[in-house]
Amino acid sequence: MVDRIVIIGAGQAAAQAAHSLRAGDYQGRLVMLGNEGLAPYQRPPLSKAYLSGATGLDRITLKPQEFWDQEHVETYFDVPATELDRVTQVVKTSDGQAFHYDVAIIATGSSVRRLSCPGAELAGVHYLRNIGDADGLRENFLPGKKLVIIGGGYIGLEVAAIAIKAGLEVTILEAATRMLARVAPPVISTFFEDLHRQAGVTMLNNVRIAALVGDKQVRGVKLEDGQIIAAHLVLVAIGIVPNAQLAQAAGLSASDGIETDLDARTSDPHIYAIGDCASRPLVHYDHRRSRLESVHNALEQAKFAAASILGLPRPVEEVPWFWSDQYDIKLQIVGLSMGATQSVVRGDAASRQFAVFHLDGANRLLAVDAINMPPAFMVGKQIIARQGHLAPARLADMSISMKEIGAGA
Amino acid sequence: MAKVTYIEHSGKEHVLDLAPGTTIMEGAVKNRIPGIDADCGGACACATCHVFVDADWIEKTGKLGSMEESMLDFAEGITPLSRLSCQISMTPELDGIIVRLPAAQH
Ligand SMILES: Cc1cc2nc3c(=O)[nH]c(=O)nc-3n(C[C@H](O)[C@H](O)[C@H](O)COP(=O)(O)OP(=O)(O)OC[C@H]3O[C@@H](n4cnc5c(N)ncnc54)[C@H](O)[C@@H]3O)c2cc1C
Ligand code: FES
Repeated sequence: MVDRIVIIGAGQAAAQAAHSLRAGDYQGRLVMLGNEGLAPYQRPPLSKAYLSGATGLDRITLKPQEFWDQEHVETYFDVPATELDRVTQVVKTSDGQAFHYDVAIIATGSSVRRLSCPGAELAGVHYLRNIGDADGLRENFLPGKKLVIIGGGYIGLEVAAIAIKAGLEVTILEAATRMLARVAPPVISTFFEDLHRQAGVTMLNNVRIAALVGDKQVRGVKLEDGQIIAAHLVLVAIGIVPNAQLAQAAGLSASDGIETDLDARTSDPHIYAIGDCASRPLVHYDHRRSRLESVHNALEQAKFAAASILGLPRPVEEVPWFWSDQYDIKLQIVGLSMGATQSVVRGDAASRQFAVFHLDGANRLLAVDAINMPPAFMVGKQIIARQGHLAPARLADMSISMKEIGAGA
Repeated sequence: MAKVTYIEHSGKEHVLDLAPGTTIMEGAVKNRIPGIDADCGGACACATCHVFVDADWIEKTGKLGSMEESMLDFAEGITPLSRLSCQISMTPELDGIIVRLPAAQH
């Protein structure tokens, strides 16, 4: 019988796991270990409404402390786990405690990828993963300051949108040939590049960084061609790496993320891994193994783990989805476009309302990127879930509604 | 503070006093009221915070934004009383509002 559960980590996935376990009538001991000194909170606002000052910590906190107390979750938000001993089934912590488990859930999230060039340690070089990082950036968001963002992914672009509105001079440097190159098709990249340029952001693609320059405080970013781009502050947003060290040290399978099965169970049946730190097979994509970095993934895997631990039926798997807010634009993405051979645009980018549908050679829908177009996102999600096929010409035809298209797929 | 009554699908009632500016979604998820998932945390990106506003109150909640309207259109079992509860912020005028929760959000 499972009577002692220890959750390592205290973020989005951990919070959902604890909540789902109690909601599923788990009565035993439930421990949550964190290392940020804070109850689990949402990260998406850190590059959006929290960064702009429109919302505060209390509102982005997932549940107040009373919630955890009432649910009898023993929370240790400043007691990181340091070792996972699978033989004795014990989680050891930095303050010397040992928590016995029947089941352990690893929900340690991910860490930012660090810049390794000369000057990377200068003051004024920021990253963005947690609340302290966001506060550090926000304090320096003063009109007229020059912000250079290294990395044109979602986080870089979202921060640019907030910073330009706060009156900073913003430059984004991207190594690839276009912004969002790793995560979006060219049409979407072009759309966001135009949007940011119109807002006054300078965007440079194909950039190679040689060093960050300055004495103690960063003063600029030096490119390989010798050019120096002046900066008062630099944000490095070049991706994340999964926090899999504890799992690896314990001998669990983990190459790029801790490997799990459909139930979020690792190679040790007493240990689950959920959220950013895990890699999982995806039922809608021929069980291809993927590491996903999204709220939806964290919530879903937490629910799978809780169901499996409690012997409940596994919730129906949803198609992975994600969103990004920049200015007044909402991008919603559903599915994974890897393997797509055709992309069909519905609507017109100039109207700021359009979507890109990604299909394979047999017209099976794999993914949708929707700009201010929820019907494309919502119907796309349903079609991908049932592995539906679509005629590209119908998709592009705006006189046929998304509901009709969905009904015919 | 403004009062909200949540009625679960089972008929069970919960009454909360919320600070102005707090959304009806936040009230539920932070106070152990089951029935609202709110996967996106209020970003109007998921439609898992669907509620039915009591007919006497629906007008006072104001007009739906275009994103909300279009997301809501795809939620399960919508009616003219449907709203996304993350898009309703409490104001003194909403003191006393009643919302009913659907059987499921997914
Ligand atoms: C700025 C930003 C914007 C984002 N925007 C979006 C968005 O718009 N949409 C979206 O879907 N996703 C977004 N994401 C991604 C999303 O927030 C993550 O995918 C999600 O938080 C993952 O949840 P998690 O629980 O796996 O990790 P986390 O939420 O990171 O939680 C892991 C926690 O475990 C702690 N921890 C690590 N090691 C230990 C240890 N040894 N002992 C104890 N605790 C430990 C960590 O410090 C952390 O608190 C964004 C992320 C960031 C940073
Ligand atoms: S919480 Fe996601 S739409 Fe309301």
